[in-house]
Amino acid sequence: MAILDSKVPKGPLKDKWTDYKDHIDLVNPANKRLIDVIVVGTGLAGGSASATLAELGYNVKAFAYQDSPRRAHSIAAQGGINAAKNYQGDGDSFYRLFYDTVKGGDYRSREANVYRLAQVSANIIDQCVAQGVPFARDYGGQLDNRSFGGVLVSRTFYAKGQTGQQLLLGAYSAMNRQIARGKIEMFNRHEMLDVVIVDGKARGIIARNLVTGEIERHSAHAVVIASGGYGNVYFLSTNAMGSNATAAWKIHKKGAFFANPCYTQIHPTCIPRSGDYQSKLTLMSESLRNDGRIWVPKNMDDVMAIREGRKKPTDLSEEERDYYLERRYPAFGNLVPRDVASRAAKERCDAGYGVNATGEAVYLDFKSAIERYGKEQAKLKGIENPSAAKITELGEAIVEAKYGNLFQMYEKIVDDNPYKTPMMIYPATHYTMGGIWVDYNLMTTIPGCYAIGEANFSDHGANRLGASALMQGLADGYFVLPYTIGDYLADDIRTGKISTDTKEFEEAENAVKDRIDFFINNKGEHSVDYYHKKLGKIMWEKCGMARNEQGLKEAMTEIKALREDFWKNVTVPGDANEMNPELEKAGRVADFLELGELFAKDALNRTESCGGHFREESVELDGPQKGEAKRDDENFAYVAAWEYKGEPADAVLHKEELEFNDIELKQRSYK
Amino acid sequence: MNLTLKIWRQKGANDKGRMVDYKVTDISEHMSFLEMMDVLNEQLINRGEEPVAFDHDCREGICGMCSMYINGEAHGPDRGVTTCQLHMRMFKDGDTITIEPWRAAAFPVIKDLVVDRTSFERIQQAGGYISVNTSGNTTDANSILIPKEDADKAMDAATCIGCGACVATCKNSSAMLFVGAKVSQYALLPQGQVEATERVKNMVAQMDLEGFGNCTNTGACEIECPKGISLENIARMNTEFLKASLKG
Repeated sequence: MAILDSKVPKGPLKDKWTDYKDHIDLVNPANKRLIDVIVVGTGLAGGSASATLAELGYNVKAFAYQDSPRRAHSIAAQGGINAAKNYQGDGDSFYRLFYDTVKGGDYRSREANVYRLAQVSANIIDQCVAQGVPFARDYGGQLDNRSFGGVLVSRTFYAKGQTGQQLLLGAYSAMNRQIARGKIEMFNRHEMLDVVIVDGKARGIIARNLVTGEIERHSAHAVVIASGGYGNVYFLSTNAMGSNATAAWKIHKKGAFFANPCYTQIHPTCIPRSGDYQSKLTLMSESLRNDGRIWVPKNMDDVMAIREGRKKPTDLSEEERDYYLERRYPAFGNLVPRDVASRAAKERCDAGYGVNATGEAVYLDFKSAIERYGKEQAKLKGIENPSAAKITELGEAIVEAKYGNLFQMYEKIVDDNPYKTPMMIYPATHYTMGGIWVDYNLMTTIPGCYAIGEANFSDHGANRLGASALMQGLADGYFVLPYTIGDYLADDIRTGKISTDTKEFEEAENAVKDRIDFFINNKGEHSVDYYHKKLGKIMWEKCGMARNEQGLKEAMTEIKALREDFWKNVTVPGDANEMNPELEKAGRVADFLELGELFAKDALNRTESCGGHFREESVELDGPQKGEAKRDDENFAYVAAWEYKGEPADAVLHKEELEFNDIELKQRSYK
Repeated sequence: MNLTLKIWRQKGANDKGRMVDYKVTDISEHMSFLEMMDVLNEQLINRGEEPVAFDHDCREGICGMCSMYINGEAHGPDRGVTTCQLHMRMFKDGDTITIEPWRAAAFPVIKDLVVDRTSFERIQQAGGYISVNTSGNTTDANSILIPKEDADKAMDAATCIGCGACVATCKNSSAMLFVGAKVSQYALLPQGQVEATERVKNMVAQMDLEGFGNCTNTGACEIECPKGISLENIARMNTEFLKASLKG
C-alpha cells in the first residue's frame, strides 16, 4: 500500500541506522537559524528534542500545559531506564535488548525501529551522566543496575524510585540552557488546540494561553507532537490529571493515521482503588517485583477471614499461600512481563481470591527479600548468629535504600506499613503502546508533522517492557528525531518565515474559538467529570484487561450515545477569557469521547490476543500453554493504522504488514 | 465527616481577593485532600457557581504542581507530603480548614489558589545546568567514577520538586533551600565542577533579582519540604558562593 510507506532503509538490520545517517540531507548551521520548529509537550521526548534541536541551531518553540517543563508526567516514572551497556557482564547486547523488546511486545512492533532504539540506548546513559543525572552507584563508584520484567539480564539504570524525575530534570536543564540563550522560546501554561496545514504540510498550531484564555497562532517549518499517551480515556489511570490526547487527536483529524489504539498497558502493580471519589490511581514501580513476591491465599477460608479482618496476611504460613506467578511461570516467576502479570492477577481475583473488600487486590510481599538482605548484611558486617529482629532491621534498611520513596508513598495513601505487612496491589491503566502512526523518520502521515515518545506507536508493539518508555522517549528526542527532521527541513532552507496571517490559520483559529464558545454558552446539566467518569467505566468494563466481541460492540454504541449526550448537556462554568480549568477539561474529554470509540473499533477488528490486547475468544485451549493468550500471525501481523473519516466508527483501516527478518516469530513463553 | 472550608477566592491577578466559607459533607477519611476539593468543585458546578481553581497534576507527590497553604502550613498538617498526598484522615468531623495560596512577592496569584512560579524557572535558566551538547560522543558513563556517598547526596538534593513550599513557609520568602538544592546537586558531582563558580554566582544573583528574601536560619523550610531537602544544602551553597566570590 503506497500510502503507508514505513521508509525503513535497505540493508542489514545492524547497518540500517548508520547507513541512513551517512546518506541523509543535512542543513548547514547558518541555515538552521532560518528554521523554526514547534514542539508540543516537554516530557522526556519533547524536552530532549527541544533541547537538542536548539543546540543544533534551530529556533524552537516549546509548549507545555503545566507551569514548567519540569512537571510533564515523565516526572512520575519510577523504576528505571534500560540500556544495553552490559556493565554487569551478563550477556547483554544490542541484539538481546532488541530481541527482548520485540518479544515483549508480542511481535507487533517494527523491527528496524526497535533495533535502532537498542543501538542508541547506551548513548542515553552516557549523555545523562554527562548532564549530571545522579544515577544509583555501587561502592566502587560505578553505575548500578536492577532487573525488570520479561528479561533475563540486569540492564536497568535507576535513580532510587525517581528515575523519570531525574531524567526529566536532566532534559529540563538542557532546555534551560537553550532558553537562556534564546534558542528555545518556552510557552508554559499553553495548550495546543489544533494543527495548521498549509499546502499539505504542517506549518503551525493554534494554542490557548491557559492564563489569559487568549487564542494564539504559532507558525513553524515543522511540528513535533510529544504529548504522551491517552490512558486517561479510562478516567482512572496512573496518568496525571491533565494528561490528554488532544494534540494527538487533532492531528489525527487533520490527516495523521492513528495506529493500534487498542494496545493499552494495564500495569500489574498499582494501589487498588478505594472509593467512587477516586480521582487517579498510583503506580508502585515494577522494580518492586525484583524483591517482592506476589501471592493470594490458597484456601477460600483464609480469603474470607482476611476480608473480614479475622486474619492478617502475616498469619498465613508459606504452605497456605499461592505464589501464583512462580507457580505458573517458573522461568520468569515474579518478573514476567506486565500484561502476563496483570492477567494472572485478574484470573485469581475473578476466581474469588482477591484479598480486600472489593475483591480486587493481591499481595506483594517483601518478607523474603528483607530476610535475604538482612542475612547478607549480617555477614558483611561480621555479626555472628544474628537474631531474627536484627536480620529484619538490617534487611529493612536495604529495602528502604532501594525503594524508600515508594514505600513512603504507599504508606501515606493506604495508611499501612508495607515493611511489616505485604502491600496490596491491583492492575491499573498505565501506558498506551498505540498512538500516532509514524514512519522510520518518526514522521506522521502529515508531511512535516512528527510524533515522538508515548504519542507515537512504533517501538513497543502490543506490550511495553518495564523501563523501556524512558529509553524510547529519550532515544526519540536526543538521538533520532534531530537527525531525521533535518532530512525533511533541508528542503525548507529557502522557505523563509511562515506567515500566520493566512486563511489556513484563520480557519483553524475560528474553529477553535467556535468550540470554546459552544462550551461556555451551552449551560447544560452535567459537569465534564460526569461524562469522563461514565466513559471511563465503559472503557474499563468493555475495553479493559479482557475484551470480547459483544462487549466491544456495546462499547462503541454506548460511547457514541454518551458523546451525543455530552454535546447536548455538558456544562462549563466561567468564561473563555480567563484561567478556566473546566474549559480545559471539556476539550480534552470531548476528544477522549471520540478516541474511545476508535479504540473499541480497533479492538473489535483485532480478533487475536496479543500483548495487552486480550480477546477472550482467542486463547490456547490445550498443551503446555493452555489458558494463555493466542496470537494469530497469519492474519494479524500488521499495524492497524486508522484514517479519520468524520465519525470514529467510519475510520478506514490501512495495514502496515510487519516483516520479521532477524527474529523468528514464535509463541511468547515465560514458563 | 462534615467540614467547613475557608478558601481564598481571587478572580484574577488584579482582583483584591477574599476568604469565602463553604460546607462539604460526607467526606471519607480515605480521600486525598484534592479529592475533597473535587467534591466541593462538583457541588459548585452543579449549583452554577465557579469552581475553585487550584494547581495539581500528577497527584502522586512528584510533579510539584499542587501548592496549598492549609491551616497555616505549606501542604497542610502532615509531614513529608505534598497537598495531593495529604489525606482526610488527618482531619476530624466538624473541623474548619483554612486554604490559601502560596504567599510571596515572587509568586503572584493568578487565580484563587493558583500562583505564578516562573521566578523559579528564571533562576534555573541562570545556571541550573551543565553545558554539554547532545552528541552521542560523550565519554562512557562508567569512565566517571563517583563515590557512592557523593552520588547519594547529589540524589537527595536532586529530589527537589520545585513546588515552592520552602518559600511559602519562610517568613522572609527566601528561596535558598530551592536554589541550594540545585547548586548542591552539581557541586557534589565531578561533572558540575567546570562551571561551579559562574553557576552559583548567577543563580544567586537571579534569586535576589526575583525578590526572594534572605535566609535567617529559622529552618521552617526544611520541616515543611515535602521531599525532606536538608538545610545542609543551604550551607553548601553558601560555601560555594564564598569560594566563587573569593575567585572574583
